[in-house]
Amino acid sequence: MSTQTGPSRARGGERGAAHRLYRHGHSPVHALPPHTKLAATFAFVVVVVSTPREAMWTFALYAALLGAVAHRARVPAGFLLKRLLIEVPFVAFAVLMPFVAEGERVDVAGLSLSVGGLWGAWNVLAKGTLGVAASVLLAATTELRQLLLGLQRLKLPPLLVQIASFMIRYGDVITDEMRRMRIARESRGFEARGIRHWGVLAKSAGALFIRSYERGERVHLAMVSRGYAGSMPVIDEVSATRAQWSYALALPLAALVVCLLGWTL
Amino acid sequence: MDPVTPSLEVARLAFAYPDGHQALFGVDFTVARGERVALLGPNGAGKTTLVLHLNGILTGGTGTVKVAGLPVGKKHMAEIRRRVGIVFQDPDDQLFMPTVREDVAFGPATAGLKGAELEARVDRALEQVGMADFKDRPPHHLSFGQRRRVAVATVLAMEPEILVLDEPSSNLDPASRRELADILRSLDVTVLMVTHDLPYALELCPRSLILSEGVITADGKTGELLADDTLMRAHRLELPYGFDPRSVPSAVDRPR
Repeated sequence: MSTQTGPSRARGGERGAAHRLYRHGHSPVHALPPHTKLAATFAFVVVVVSTPREAMWTFALYAALLGAVAHRARVPAGFLLKRLLIEVPFVAFAVLMPFVAEGERVDVAGLSLSVGGLWGAWNVLAKGTLGVAASVLLAATTELRQLLLGLQRLKLPPLLVQIASFMIRYGDVITDEMRRMRIARESRGFEARGIRHWGVLAKSAGALFIRSYERGERVHLAMVSRGYAGSMPVIDEVSATRAQWSYALALPLAALVVCLLGWTL
Repeated sequence: MDPVTPSLEVARLAFAYPDGHQALFGVDFTVARGERVALLGPNGAGKTTLVLHLNGILTGGTGTVKVAGLPVGKKHMAEIRRRVGIVFQDPDDQLFMPTVREDVAFGPATAGLKGAELEARVDRALEQVGMADFKDRPPHHLSFGQRRRVAVATVLAMEPEILVLDEPSSNLDPASRRELADILRSLDVTVLMVTHDLPYALELCPRSLILSEGVITADGKTGELLADDTLMRAHRLELPYGFDPRSVPSAVDRPR
């Protein structure tokens, strides 16, 4: 049960305030309705993925397009690059490919690399980076709450949207509960050191699960008490004008032109 | 609604859980319109079970519950849930939407309200609990007392016939406790307050019921019940150290 109101709680709240990917601003990109941005981002990624990897210049153009969006959204390059770091594990995988792939080989600086592997690595790296960059831009200019409204508007299955929305609402509550359980463990002299203590941690995880499950039941009760009958009411209607749609779709359309050129040239 | 129809009528209500544990053995009471009544009882007396019967979450026992003349049952469930506003004990359970505004809007929006009308309803409910400035905040950024107040607003927004509060003063510091009391006193709505905070009951509710072992064992003026030592001891109800119900003014009924 969440009972404390002290400063630690407030700090915990601050962390989740605006999610860390979001950058507050009033640019024209921020102002676009969320569902247009979601659709544009998705379309852009699809276009990028369907571009032939041999047309290397197209990827430079894509990056330039994203750069233009970032500029309009007043998202600084440093902010964007720092958040691109999430991609690192995939990059590591891409770097391995030229070494392990089969087929024709070529010598680069004394290393024997697979040609197919090199192309594969380039493919993963270029398309992955562009996709992540587009998503980071979306997240930087759209609040979580807005994203949910956008997904709802785009007719994503309502159950999925509800689950996502509850995750956001209760993430902090459950983290807090976890923190209190850890403090309770440590106050009784327990410190997780090595494999022998995993049993205790597993039991804590189990207890946390049961507590969350029971909270879920209580929340459901509260919802039913206020008339919930299976579907969330639409409280905020998001709508976009034709002009907003065309503004948002300018990015994927420009990308589509580049893609078509990439196939034909 | 004519003023003589009571807000709540519970008659011969009995209920046993599926595991065989019988929680209620024939509960009878009536709450008139505009009354503020405290439901007192020790832990395990069946208070929560009773509350869940008031809006039809639990059914299947015997006896009847009527809210403003409307019997609780499958047929009128949506209307019953609009008329009975339950404020649960843990506001984190009650506030499940991403922002305060959406949470308060949830009930009326489910009932079909939209647009400006919905917005006005939300604003009014938040004003009633003095939380209008926190409209766009996520609930988990509020203090516990503020969350409790928003929880009351979520229910007020449905313009209920009767407000049912489960342990409203639990976990509140003295200042938040007093603020909540001021809010509850200012509301023009029937209140049923489930609690074992006896001074709070005395402060807010002119009348009290004692629920013990699944039956109503006493029904009378709060001050008189609390002053009856034998009765209190018989039902495991204990006043805080140094508190004498005879030495403080009791709650007065609002003029009707």
